[in-house]
Formats: sequence, structure tokens, C-alpha cells
Amino acid sequence: MSQAKTTIIKRHLPEEDGDSKTIFGFWLYLMTDCVVFASLFAVYAVQRNSTVGGPSGVELFSLPFVLIETLILLTSSFVCGLALLAARRGNKQQTLILFSVTFLLGLAFLGMELSEFRHLVLEGDSWRRSGFLSAFFTLVGTHGIHIAVGLLWIGVMIIKVARTELNKANLRRLTMLSMFWHFLDIIWIFIFTIVYLLGALAI
Amino acid sequence: MSHKTNITVSKPDQGASLKNYITGFIASLGLTLMAYLAVTQEAFSRNILIAFITGLALVQFIVQMVFFMHIGNETKPRWKLLVFLFMILVVFILVAGSLWIMNNLNYRMSPEDMDSYMRSQQGF
Repeated sequence: MSQAKTTIIKRHLPEEDGDSKTIFGFWLYLMTDCVVFASLFAVYAVQRNSTVGGPSGVELFSLPFVLIETLILLTSSFVCGLALLAARRGNKQQTLILFSVTFLLGLAFLGMELSEFRHLVLEGDSWRRSGFLSAFFTLVGTHGIHIAVGLLWIGVMIIKVARTELNKANLRRLTMLSMFWHFLDIIWIFIFTIVYLLGALAI
Repeated sequence: MSHKTNITVSKPDQGASLKNYITGFIASLGLTLMAYLAVTQEAFSRNILIAFITGLALVQFIVQMVFFMHIGNETKPRWKLLVFLFMILVVFILVAGSLWIMNNLNYRMSPEDMDSYMRSQQGF
């Protein structure tokens, strides 16, 4: 009996070890991505007053609009966590519903960000206008591209889970997906604070 | 059993619980709204406001790292935490260093600042 148990454990271990190593590797990627964003934040901080007579953040940004964006992304991050819990419980239907909600909230966020960009460009305040706007579009745009990639990933995982089942491999992928999504929300805290709130104070 | 030099990484799902997610969500919601209201209502003077919302952002960063990313919940070799702390160090050097150097350069390169510096310090 106990021998049988140990063989099961031995057979299980390498695979579990492999899983957690994969997830640790993904964590390493997220940490290096933080450094990418940090360099973009540094560029933004250096360029924040380089408006060469063009508009500054105070004139361009609408805080209520950005607050709604922020709350949508935060809720989506929370729902993503709930979705992962549902997946770990093995509840396939709930997992699919919750990840779909995450997807829709993320889509709403991306739509709002793109409409803000469109508005700025139409007003003639595109990235060509000043160093400040170049840095702004690079920083916020890079975050937006990450969101777009995240949405694609969520979409792929919804189809994958719907077609197959909540097996080990899918659980591993969902774990990394939710880490990625939380990470994007964490980056947004700083965009919200440094770009929008501090921008409104005209630092 | 041959023991190779195995890097043991603790299981990823430690700390993922409903309670954690709800706590993290409510705390983040509160911190976001507090920062927003402080700025829109101009609750403090400018300098205090800057320090206040920067502080709130850092608190929310830690809250989400703990309750959403489950940092600090691993068992002993804490590789995740170690890498995280190293990232913080790199980010600090990168951001603080850039600002320091570029502000200094800006000061030295801008004609008005240079003129007043020359007049006051160098006696030109």
C-alpha cells in the first residue's frame, strides 16, 4: 500500500516540478517586462515638460474618463482571479463564463484607450507634436499592446477550454494567463498615478 | 534516487483564495478612489498631494502583489520573492538614475540656467 503510494508520488513529482518551473519562468518574464515598463516610465518622467509650446497633460487628460478605465481594468483583474479559482475547482462552465467577463471588460478598457488616442490624434495632438506626447503614446501604447495580446490569449484559452477540458496543461496555462492579466493591472496603477493624476497636478 | 541539482520551485497556487482576491479588490478600489478624490477635490496642498498619491500607488502596488500575485506566500527557497526584489532594485536604479542624470544635463545645457549659474557662481 505504502509502496504503491510512493510510486504514484514519484511518478507525479517530475511533472509537477516541471509545471512550477514553467510558471517560475513566466514570473521571470514578467519581472523583465517590469524593467521594460520602468524604462518607458523613466523616459516619460524625463520628457514630461518637453511640450515645446504644445498642450500638457492638464489640458489633454480627462480624469473621470481615466477613472472609469481604471475601475474597469481593476474589476477585470479581480474577475480573472475568480475565474482561476473556478478552474482550480474544476468547474468548467463557471471558468468559461468568468473568463468571458474578463475578456469583455478588457475589451471595454482597450476600446476606451483607443478612443482616447483617436481623440488626441484628431485634435492634432499625436506623438509627432512633442517629446511629452511621444513618451505618453509610447508608454500607454505599450501597455495597450500588452492588453491586446492578453485579450488574444484569453480568447484562445476560452476556445481551448471549451473544446477540451480543465486538464493539467490547461490549468498551467490559465495560471500564467491570470498572472499576466494581474501584472497589466499593476502596471496600470502607475500609469494612472504618474501619467494622469500627477499630470493633472502639472508637475 | 539520484539527486541532481534540482532547483525546487514551490507550487504556484499558494495563497490563491477567494478571501485574498476579495480583500485585494476592495483595498485596490478604495486606494484608487482615495487617490482620485484627493486630486480632484484638491484635498491637500500640492506637495503633500504629490507625496500622498505616490504613497497610495505604492501601497496599492504591494496590495496587488500580495493578494493577486501571491508574493511572499511561497515556501522556502523563495526564488519568486528574490527575483522580485532584484527587479525592484533594477527599476529603482533605472528610474532614479535616469531622472538624476537627465535633470542634471538639462540644467547644464539650458542657456538660461547656465547664464544665471555663470553669473552667480563663476563671476561672469
